[in-house]
Amino acid sequence: MPLDVESREAVETAEGEVVDELVVNVGPSHPSTHGVCRVIIHLDGEIVTRAEPVIGYLHRGIEKMAENRTYLQVVPLTDRLDYVGSMYSNWAYCRSVERLADIPVPERAEYLRVIVCELQRIASHMMAIGSNGADTGALTLFVYAFDQREHVVELFEELCGQRLTYNYVRPGGVSHDMPEGWADDVRAFTAAHRSALAEMDKLFFGNVITRGRLKGIGVLSADDAVAWGASGPVARGSGVNWDLRKHDPYSVYPRFDFDIPTGTDGDCYDRARVRLYECYESCRIIEQALAQMQPGPHRTEGLPRLIAPPPGDAYDHIESARGALGVYLVSDGSTRPYRMKVRSPAFCNLALLPTLAEGHMLSDLVAILGSLDPVFGEVDR
Amino acid sequence: MNLDQLRDHLCSVYPDLCPLFSVEFGDGVLNVASNDIFSAANDLKNLGFDRLLMLTAVDRGVVFEYQCRLLSRAMSAAITLKTEVPRERPSVSSLVPLWPAADWQEREVYDMFGISFAGHPDLRRILLPDDWGGYPLRKDYKDPRMIRRPDYI
Repeated sequence: MPLDVESREAVETAEGEVVDELVVNVGPSHPSTHGVCRVIIHLDGEIVTRAEPVIGYLHRGIEKMAENRTYLQVVPLTDRLDYVGSMYSNWAYCRSVERLADIPVPERAEYLRVIVCELQRIASHMMAIGSNGADTGALTLFVYAFDQREHVVELFEELCGQRLTYNYVRPGGVSHDMPEGWADDVRAFTAAHRSALAEMDKLFFGNVITRGRLKGIGVLSADDAVAWGASGPVARGSGVNWDLRKHDPYSVYPRFDFDIPTGTDGDCYDRARVRLYECYESCRIIEQALAQMQPGPHRTEGLPRLIAPPPGDAYDHIESARGALGVYLVSDGSTRPYRMKVRSPAFCNLALLPTLAEGHMLSDLVAILGSLDPVFGEVDR
Repeated sequence: MNLDQLRDHLCSVYPDLCPLFSVEFGDGVLNVASNDIFSAANDLKNLGFDRLLMLTAVDRGVVFEYQCRLLSRAMSAAITLKTEVPRERPSVSSLVPLWPAADWQEREVYDMFGISFAGHPDLRRILLPDDWGGYPLRKDYKDPRMIRRPDYI
């Protein structure tokens, strides 16, 4: 279809009435599409009758590129998948490599991975909630949320020198142990973050305009969420209690006491609020992990730079900020992956957009897209 | 549910599928003929595998290995359905009637491997432009811009 889709066409409805349908093209570069996503929208007045996402504008062929690199060289590539939550892509990939090549991971590294991934969840959810606010006219919330995200990013910079693409989790451990005083900085952050969350809860979720803009918009039933393979806060907002940290426990997660917040209505409001409450749970996990951690090595020593796993395949998944993020690897015994497949939660969640948007106003489409929290690095890969 | 319990449960409900079950690298796998993929998936859905987690293919040279990974939250178990699809005119039946989640994922497999899905409502390329030539994740895909990185020692 040509890029300048904007036309009127006469369409006959099911009741036999002929209406004037306007076809509008939004994107691929539009501030409310959260990346390079194009949506072809069919409008009857201001009501969306059909919304068709067109993706692939950020497709770099990461799965093909991985076949041409050694196992260690793929780790920086995974940073570029979900660039709002790089730690997850690093970890999911490394888990698959460790499974394939039978690489042990020291306990301290597992704790460090949990801590950085829970911090990453906070950073990622702050981005999601903040842009949700900005999309629906609450720009103040965006500033509050990005202030919190900035603190996390500074902690990461202190830990590994990077603010966005960390390359932190490696097969057999993590790249750096935490620097002196870092644990205290993290504790100070979680304490301050809790009060910031309470403030944001009151400011945004208690606001009558927010409720008007988000409640009852883009309702996803629990059955649909399961059938469409939705995961993460999108599924949990509909009351589907499914979190891999609890239901397919990995790493040291069984040692922590935490809850899985779920919504009831499955609308944009519940999806956003589930994200906010997950940040509280992340704070709890981080504090427990810091208390339980013992001194020790942060990576397995003596691993070769060229990993050549025995022929076979492995799939492993973790709970990312967007849902079930899995990496499937096939080895043919050489030093490069024979095939890498990324099971991307953002891709599966975005497929829901046409279903959710139908029958809503054009201005609500932006709120629905934001509530699915797609990151196009991961959708397009 | 561990793999032995899964095997027992599968064998008690669907004895036909029992000999096809095996454990490969720690995962429960059901190897079926490519014509039976839909009925096997339907049986597994009735068994309680309510989620389609991942659907993908691997180029194995002579054939494509097509596989879908199903998950059951109630049984806390996963199973992989595998089949071999011939390289010439590859086609399998679509799982969209069972799980709408298959829609985009099958389009992606079509886009990258050229495997067509019989019964798919809207089989088009999804990530690449509509006029792209070839199927990039096939091992024999050629592009003059592609380079082979050196072998590191």
